[in-house]
Amino acid sequence: MESIKDKVAIIGMGCTRFGERWDAGVEDLLVEAAYEAFEDAGVAPKDMQAAWIGTVFSGMSAMTLSPLGLQFIPITRVENMCATGSEALRGAAYAVAAGVCDIALAIGVEKLKDSGLTGVRGPAVVGDNPDGSACVGSGYSAPASFAYLGTRYFHHYGIDRDEGKELLAKIAVKNHQHGSLNPKAHFHNVITVEQAVKAPIVAWPLGLFDCCGVSDGAAAAIVCRADMAKNFRSDPIYIKGMAISAGARQGSMRPEYDYVHIDENVFAAREAYAQAGVKDPRKEIACAEVHDCFSTNELIVYEDLGFSRRGGAKDDINAGAFTLQGDLPINPDGGLKCFGHPLGASGLRMLYEMYKQLQGKAGPRQVKNPRLALTHNLGGNAGAGIGCVVIVGNEK
Amino acid sequence: MIGITSVGAYIPRYRLSGEEIGRMWRARGRGEKAVAGYDEDTVTMSVAAALECMKGQAAPEALYYATTTAPYREKQAASIVAAACDLDKTCRTADFTNTLRAGTTALLAAVDAVKAGASSALVTASDCRVGAPMGRFESALGDGACALTIGSADLLASIEGSYSIFSEFTDVWRTEKDNFLRAGEGRFIEEVGYMATMRETLSEAMKKFSLTPADVAKVVFYAPDGRGHAAIAKGLGFDKAQVQDPLYDAIGNTGAAAALIMLVCAIEKASPGDRILFAGYGDGCDALILRVEKRPSGRTMKDRLAPKVNIDYGSYLLWRELIEVEPPSLPERPAPSLSSRWRMRKTIASLYGFKCRKCETPQLHPLGQTARVCVSCQAKDDFESYKFSDKTAKLFTYAVDILQPTKNPPGLNGVIDFDGGGRMICELTDYDLKKVQVGMPVQMTFRKMSQEKGVINYFWKAKPIE
Repeated sequence: MESIKDKVAIIGMGCTRFGERWDAGVEDLLVEAAYEAFEDAGVAPKDMQAAWIGTVFSGMSAMTLSPLGLQFIPITRVENMCATGSEALRGAAYAVAAGVCDIALAIGVEKLKDSGLTGVRGPAVVGDNPDGSACVGSGYSAPASFAYLGTRYFHHYGIDRDEGKELLAKIAVKNHQHGSLNPKAHFHNVITVEQAVKAPIVAWPLGLFDCCGVSDGAAAAIVCRADMAKNFRSDPIYIKGMAISAGARQGSMRPEYDYVHIDENVFAAREAYAQAGVKDPRKEIACAEVHDCFSTNELIVYEDLGFSRRGGAKDDINAGAFTLQGDLPINPDGGLKCFGHPLGASGLRMLYEMYKQLQGKAGPRQVKNPRLALTHNLGGNAGAGIGCVVIVGNEK
Repeated sequence: MIGITSVGAYIPRYRLSGEEIGRMWRARGRGEKAVAGYDEDTVTMSVAAALECMKGQAAPEALYYATTTAPYREKQAASIVAAACDLDKTCRTADFTNTLRAGTTALLAAVDAVKAGASSALVTASDCRVGAPMGRFESALGDGACALTIGSADLLASIEGSYSIFSEFTDVWRTEKDNFLRAGEGRFIEEVGYMATMRETLSEAMKKFSLTPADVAKVVFYAPDGRGHAAIAKGLGFDKAQVQDPLYDAIGNTGAAAALIMLVCAIEKASPGDRILFAGYGDGCDALILRVEKRPSGRTMKDRLAPKVNIDYGSYLLWRELIEVEPPSLPERPAPSLSSRWRMRKTIASLYGFKCRKCETPQLHPLGQTARVCVSCQAKDDFESYKFSDKTAKLFTYAVDILQPTKNPPGLNGVIDFDGGGRMICELTDYDLKKVQVGMPVQMTFRKMSQEKGVINYFWKAKPIE
C-alpha cells in the first residue's frame, strides 16, 4: 500500500465569508469559493478535469455543482456527515494520485440558514432509521451527544464542575480570540472565561459558548499532480497524509468504550501520521484546525491527536499551549466556534487556513515558519463517529 | 379454589395538590392527586403494574386490560401491554373499557378464564381521566394502575363468590367527542345512582353468602369521592376500622383502577383468614367475597407512594395537553415508519437485543437496524435473543439537554451500561436532577416517546432505581 505523501499538491483555494448569509444562496456560495480558488491558482474553470462536491443537506448529485457551469466533466457529490468537506478533498486527491486526471476541484458547501430553523437535526442514533425516517421518534440534541464527553471526562479525571466548566471556557475564549482576527469568520467577538462559564446551558456541561454556530459557507481547493504544481505557483502545498476512519457505532454499544477518547480520531491520526512520517506530532505539527463543534470535542481531540498526553489536555490548556502565542496554535482561524459549521464546507475551510498559514499569508494570525499543518474532522459523535485527518506541508 | 395469586400496582410519582389547583382558580383545595408523567398513559402504567405483578409468576394465558381511558379508540391496548410484558403470542388479550366497572368486570372474566382451564390470567386496571379545568372533577380524578394475577394455586386470596348487577343509569359519561368527563346533577346521581346501586348490590351479596358486617374484616369498594365512600360504609353498618381507605386524599379517584388499588392495599395489610367484601361500581356493580390466604411479599403501597414529587399547575396543563404551546424551533422529526417499527417489534416492545453466540457479547443495535453482524467479533447471523428490559444498568455518562423537546424540561439523556453487559444511549425519566450522577443505578421503564399521525411511539427509557 502506497502513501499519498507528496503525490498531490494544492495549487489554489477559496473560502467564502461564513455566517448568516441571507444575501447568498447555495449557488452564490459555490461560485464565490470556486472563483477565489480558480483565481488563486491562476486557472480557468474549463481547466478542471473532474470535480467533487461535498454537501449534507444542500443538494443531491452532481447537479449541486451546476451553478459553476462546468462543461460535461465527471462530477461526484459526496457526503460523510461533518467530514463531508474533507471527503470531497479525498475524492479529488485520490483521482489525481491515481493518474486518472491531472487537475481537479474539491468543493464543499452548506446552506443551513434557509431552513427557518435555529439548529441542525439531531444525531441519528436513538430511534432513527439510517434513511432518516423514524423508528421510535425520540430524540436528543446534537450538543447532548457531545456533552457526554464532558460529563465523563470530568468524572474520569476527577475534575469538579467549576474547574471543568472553566477548562471548556478557555477553549472557547481562545477560539473567539483567534476568530476576532479573521474577517471571514461568522463571529468576531472576543469573550472572557467568565462570560463563557456564565452563559446559558445548552446541554450540561455545554454552555452557549461551548457550541459552534449555525452558518452558511463554502470552501474550495484545486488539486493537481505534485510534479505539475510549480507550473501554477511557486508556493504550492503538498498533501502529506490523509486518512479517514469510520466506526461501526462500537462505542455506543460496548461498555468498553470510555467516552474520554474517540477511537475514530485515534485511528485516523495514526494512519495519517504514518503516511506523513510524523513521529512526534506535538513537535512536528506547526498548527492545526480541529473539529471544535463543541468544546468538549476539542478537549478530547488534543489527546486523540497526540498533542497532549492522556489526561494532559488540562495542563496544556492552562499553559496556553494552543493559543496563537503557544507552541502549537490550534484553530488559528477561529475554528468551528467562530465559523459555525456548514457541514459540507468545514473540512475545506479548515484546509484553507492551513494552506494560507503554510504560505505565510495568514496575516495577523500567522504562525511562525510552519512546515506541517493538520486538519481534523469528526463526523457523527463519540461512540458512533467518522474521524478524518489531513496533513499538509509546504516542502516536498 | 380460584383466587388472586399475585398483585402489583403503579402510582405515578407526580402529585398535584388541591391547594395548587385552588391557587390557580382562587378556590379552596385539599388533598393531592397522582398525575401520570408527560410520557405515561394507561398502557405504560399498566405495563409497570403488570411487570411488578408477574415477578416470580408463571406467564399468564390471558391478559385483560381495563380502563376508561384507552390510548386508542380503535386498536387494542391489551396487546401492547402483553408485548411489553413479553408474553407469548398465544396469550388471550382483551380490553375492558367504557365503564368505571371495567376493572372488576375484567377480574371476573379472568376468574371465568381460569375456571375454564387457563392456568392463570392477568388483569390490569388503570385510568388517566381528566376533569375540565376549574371543574369539580379536576382535583378529584387521579392516575394509577393495578395488576392482579388470577390462578388456582398458591393463592394470596381466594375468591369465594360474586354477585353482579348491571344498571342502565347515566351518571358520568364521555362521548367520542368529549375531552372531559360529564356528569348529571350531583344529588341525583349520588342518591339514585351510586348509593342505591351499591346498597342494593352489597346487601344482596352479603345475603347471598350469609354474611353480616361482623363476618367481614375489610370492606373495599369504589366511590365517586370520599364522602360517598364514608356514607355507604356507615349505611351498611360497617365500623370505620373495617373500611379500606380509598386513598382519595393521597392519589385521587383512579377510576377503573380505584377499587382494585384499594384491594391490593387491603390484601397487603390483611391476616390469613380475613374476609374481604369487595365491590366495583359503574353502570351497575360487581361484588366479590374474598378470603385472604397469605400476605404478599415485596413492595407495599407505602413503598409505591413514597417517591413523590409535587408539580405545579403549568406542568399539569402541559402534560395533559390542555394548552397549546409554541412548537420547538428545532427541525421536526419524521413520522415513524410502521414497517420499520414492525421489523424492530421485539426491541421496541420488550427491549430485546442480541447476544453473540461466538463471543457472548450482549448488544443492542441502533433502532431501525436489525443485528446481523456482531459488533465485537464480527460473527455473522450467529445471535441469540437477549432481553434488556428486565436488566438493571448504571449511568455511565449523561447530558442535561435543554434543547430536547420534552414536556418536563430539561431533558436528560444518558449512556447506560447494563449489568451483565450491553450499552444503550437513551432518554431518562422520573429523575431528580440534583441526584443525577455518573454511576447512578437505573432500571428500564416503558414510556410514550412521541405521537405522530396519531401513532403512539412507545419505547423504553431509563429511570433511577428508588
